[in-house]
Amino acid sequence: MSSYWQDYFKKNGLALGLFMLLAVLIWTLVMIILPQLYMMDFSFRANVPPPQWGSETHVYTLEHYRYLIYGNVNSTDAINYIDLGVFGRTILASIFVTLIDVCLCYPVAYYLAHVAKGGWGRLMVMSLIIPFWVNELLRAFAFKVMFGTGGVINDVLIALGILDQPYDFIRENTALYSGLVYAYILLMIFPIYNAVESLDKNQIEAARDMGSPWWRIHWRVVIPHAKPGITSGCTMVFMLTAGALAAPQILGGPSSLWFTQLVYKWFNNSANWARGSAYALVLLILCIVFVLLMMRFFKVKLGEIAK
Amino acid sequence: MISDRIRQFFVLFFVIGFFIYLFGPLIIMGLTAFNTSAFPRVTPWECFTVEWFEVLANDKRLLEGLKNSFLIGFGVVCFAVPLGLAGALMLTQVKDRVRPWYYTVVISPILVPGVVLGISTLLFWDRVGLMFGASRDSIFYNGFFLTIVGQSTFIAAYTMLVFISRLQRFDPAQEEAALDLGATHVQSFRKVLLPFLKPAIASATVLAFLASFENYNTTVFTSIGTSVLTTVLASKVRYGIDPSISALAVSIVVLTIFGAAMHEVFKRREEAEAKQAELVAAGLQKKKKVQRQWFIDPAVIIILLVFIAGLGTAFFAGTMGVDECKVAVKEQKQAATKKRVEALQKRNRERKAAENAAAEAKRLERSQRTGTENFNTIFSNDNLKPQPGKKIDTPRTGTENFSGIFDSGNLQQQSGQEEEAPTGTENFQGIFSSDNLQQQSGQEQPKTEDANQ
Amino acid sequence: MSADVKLEDVWIRFGEFVAAREVNIHIQEGEFFSFLGPSGCGKTTLLRAVSGFLSPSEGKVLIGGNDMAGIGPNKRPTALIFQNLALFPLMKVWENIAFALEVKGVGKAERRKRADELLELIALPDQGDKMVNELSGGQKQRVAIARALAAEPDVLLLDEPLSALDLKLRQHMRTELREIQQRVGITFIYITHDQGEALTMSDHVAVMSQGVIEQVSDGNTIYNAPESSFVASFVGENNHFAGTVTHVDSDFVVVDTPSGSLRARNIKRDGQEQLQSGDEAMVFIRPESLQFCDNQSFDNTLNAMVERQEFEGNFWHVFLDVEGSSRTVSLSMVNDGSSVVHEVGTSAKIGCNAALAVALPAGSLAAE
Repeated sequence: MSSYWQDYFKKNGLALGLFMLLAVLIWTLVMIILPQLYMMDFSFRANVPPPQWGSETHVYTLEHYRYLIYGNVNSTDAINYIDLGVFGRTILASIFVTLIDVCLCYPVAYYLAHVAKGGWGRLMVMSLIIPFWVNELLRAFAFKVMFGTGGVINDVLIALGILDQPYDFIRENTALYSGLVYAYILLMIFPIYNAVESLDKNQIEAARDMGSPWWRIHWRVVIPHAKPGITSGCTMVFMLTAGALAAPQILGGPSSLWFTQLVYKWFNNSANWARGSAYALVLLILCIVFVLLMMRFFKVKLGEIAK
Repeated sequence: MISDRIRQFFVLFFVIGFFIYLFGPLIIMGLTAFNTSAFPRVTPWECFTVEWFEVLANDKRLLEGLKNSFLIGFGVVCFAVPLGLAGALMLTQVKDRVRPWYYTVVISPILVPGVVLGISTLLFWDRVGLMFGASRDSIFYNGFFLTIVGQSTFIAAYTMLVFISRLQRFDPAQEEAALDLGATHVQSFRKVLLPFLKPAIASATVLAFLASFENYNTTVFTSIGTSVLTTVLASKVRYGIDPSISALAVSIVVLTIFGAAMHEVFKRREEAEAKQAELVAAGLQKKKKVQRQWFIDPAVIIILLVFIAGLGTAFFAGTMGVDECKVAVKEQKQAATKKRVEALQKRNRERKAAENAAAEAKRLERSQRTGTENFNTIFSNDNLKPQPGKKIDTPRTGTENFSGIFDSGNLQQQSGQEEEAPTGTENFQGIFSSDNLQQQSGQEQPKTEDANQ
Repeated sequence: MSADVKLEDVWIRFGEFVAAREVNIHIQEGEFFSFLGPSGCGKTTLLRAVSGFLSPSEGKVLIGGNDMAGIGPNKRPTALIFQNLALFPLMKVWENIAFALEVKGVGKAERRKRADELLELIALPDQGDKMVNELSGGQKQRVAIARALAAEPDVLLLDEPLSALDLKLRQHMRTELREIQQRVGITFIYITHDQGEALTMSDHVAVMSQGVIEQVSDGNTIYNAPESSFVASFVGENNHFAGTVTHVDSDFVVVDTPSGSLRARNIKRDGQEQLQSGDEAMVFIRPESLQFCDNQSFDNTLNAMVERQEFEGNFWHVFLDVEGSSRTVSLSMVNDGSSVVHEVGTSAKIGCNAALAVALPAGSLAAE
């Protein structure tokens, strides 16, 4: 081990070697690992006022996790339908949003990579960047403008005579789901586009030459090639959707909560940081499990996902 | 062949639809910035105006948030770019056995939800502050510091990816060559590696700044009392929206297009230079002075023209016609309102007459039901809008604002303070008062139910 | 200034793998010394140990009599020319050349002056303001040399610097390198897998195989009196015949092979026993040493059948199936205008004199 460090400093010199070592240690330990561990520890502690944190009253307890599962002690329900319901709905809706994104993005990515040519294709790809750099909040705001009771969609539908009363898209969550699909769609289209683009066009030609119908070409040639991109896109979209806060806050109907909103609530409105941490940890574990499942089922490496 | 044609047509149709979905909302939002209507909308179109940009420019809280966001973005750049660089360089140095673990750790912040990063940063530094016995106004409880640290955690991973992809093209023999020629490690880093990484540093800087600038999920937890653009924006969007937000969005989009075009021009020029160098090296072409006339690039010209034309129209339309138009619209609206009020009154009178007639003939239960129906109609949008006595120039807006609150603000309505301090400032400070804490266990349950109703 | 380089009992290990095994070499001051060997034989590793990029696991590297242990590459009196040259693409040509001066803190005017002098030396005047990738392959090559020379090293190390060039340019650069070496008068240590380069340029050549120095000698000796079966088979074309030594007299041995008894020189090997009766041996005969017997008589004769012939302008290459040998034997003769009478498929006797055949202990051969 000491010879490793000798080599390390020989290779980098003292000043640079120390800088790199220090920077990486601060980043990995102080910024990534320790805060997560501390949050975990904190989530198992009783909720006491801040001055008592770390004192003997700050005891270990499973209270917050028990609350997530069984609800309030006084509750008559067998389990905490409300919070668990929100949790389940968040997962299901995130999966739903992810699937929609794949279905929307795959044809477009293929089109941009292999059908659109020259300047137009390039312009189209470039123009995809624009909505990406518009703030998440503003994107949600755009949907609110569109879907509000006095929004364009309602006005147009009424003018066309399809509706005679404004339809409350917000209350019915249409706005929320379209907004979520929209919010992270570019994190789906870019990985798929990059993967599809790297496919040698001759492979498609060869398959076509052998008389393969178009759907089989996609199923057997293009999709397997694009698999790492699709997996990466799905993972990113799922995680970001499940962890989204802005869109549900802005577009969510009154009867629908997102799991992140519960976390937010415990922190901001109820001032129960410990419980908020417990909920955040549950969200983190959900994400870790999801990544592991994706890596396992689609046999991709972490590095391929996080590009 | 024919089925091929049809399929191609469908695909094209699909792609066009996709782009409409992608840009439609942004365009409509953009248009609302130029409509005089006090609620962001394009239908009905009232008058063309740029007054919302003025409103934007005079919004103290927003400007404060913007300033803080700039400062934080600057801090994040200073912090995350070196971290990412060190992380990427370290990746080339660690042992093969350790590398996958190291990579997993440094890449994980990208995959961890932003809220989790924000919370863990907040908690951890609070704990550190406690350990040092720091006071509440020390750095550990400072929104700037926490936000910079919290955002850097994952933005450093972004920048690291940028550096990794550039480093993959670096020939390590160059560094060895520099050392061999007598350079110290620092000299070789500064004179050989750093110039090579310059483009990556530039794009990492831009990326870090933009990512910091638009981050919400982490910032909402770490900013504590500091108002940052995104938190100000969030509270604005949630508690009553007006077109100045659209105006902000328009500004951002214009800047983005401008930046993207510049980027494209630079990239094209770089490619051209590389190509020419190749030709020269191959002896096919004599060296020419490389063209540096980016300003005559067609793309830039078009964008500039559009930009100038847009500004020009906005200025003229905004100054010349807006007042007359407003008056006209006001009159129109007043007339419409009057008409509707009359119509409503007439309808109500008729209905009342009918009711009275029916009530005589029918049983109690029956008449109760009619009452309910009546209520429904009263609360429907149509009825509420033309309330006389409200601000007449924007009769609909008042209502819309209300419905806006009930639509978006729904969640946080439970706590009354939220409305006054939407950024969460007071809430966060509130936690430190022990008063607050003693009562909360009793409050928890009803609140949850409230929120879920 | 020039310096000698001494490797004393140098071992270099990477985990289990031994890249250099007990290397002892003394490279004289001011000579052109080559390491010749197939790729992966450890020659680049040795060079990196001399330049200071890695430390030997055991043994010492001495430059100009000074032990180099613990001295980094930037403090050693060596300059390395990399296989891919490693020119700095973001600097101009003259900035590349003057880099060694720049890091020493020499002023800009002085640097420019020195760079121009070196550009003159490598016959590229007025090219200083170009970018590196505007140069052709041969020009880059010369810039790399100038850049290394600017550091005023005592020893110049060259790691297969010509491998990226095409054949014509490579041959031209050989002469040029040799000229530059003679002009500047410092020690050149040259790494190559190309025997032509090693033989034409070097004062001494070390042939390496699998981390072991097989032979150190001048080019002539390496070619005509190889000391191991590896050297005999690696340097130049060679036919070999395995057998047992039956008779030893003065400097010659007789080896009994399936193709017949062959008389060959018993090579004196540095610090090792010569062949004895009963030893397993290999006889090496170069294609140009073999001749068709026709009416002449030779010390060694072989019965063969012509399998195939190739005409290469100045040479005829004849490939024969020799009785008792499963391997095709090749024979080269100078094209003197007379056409070859040996049709494919005809049988013929071929032979060579004992002085042109070399007998060595049986050992490993270079891969084909």
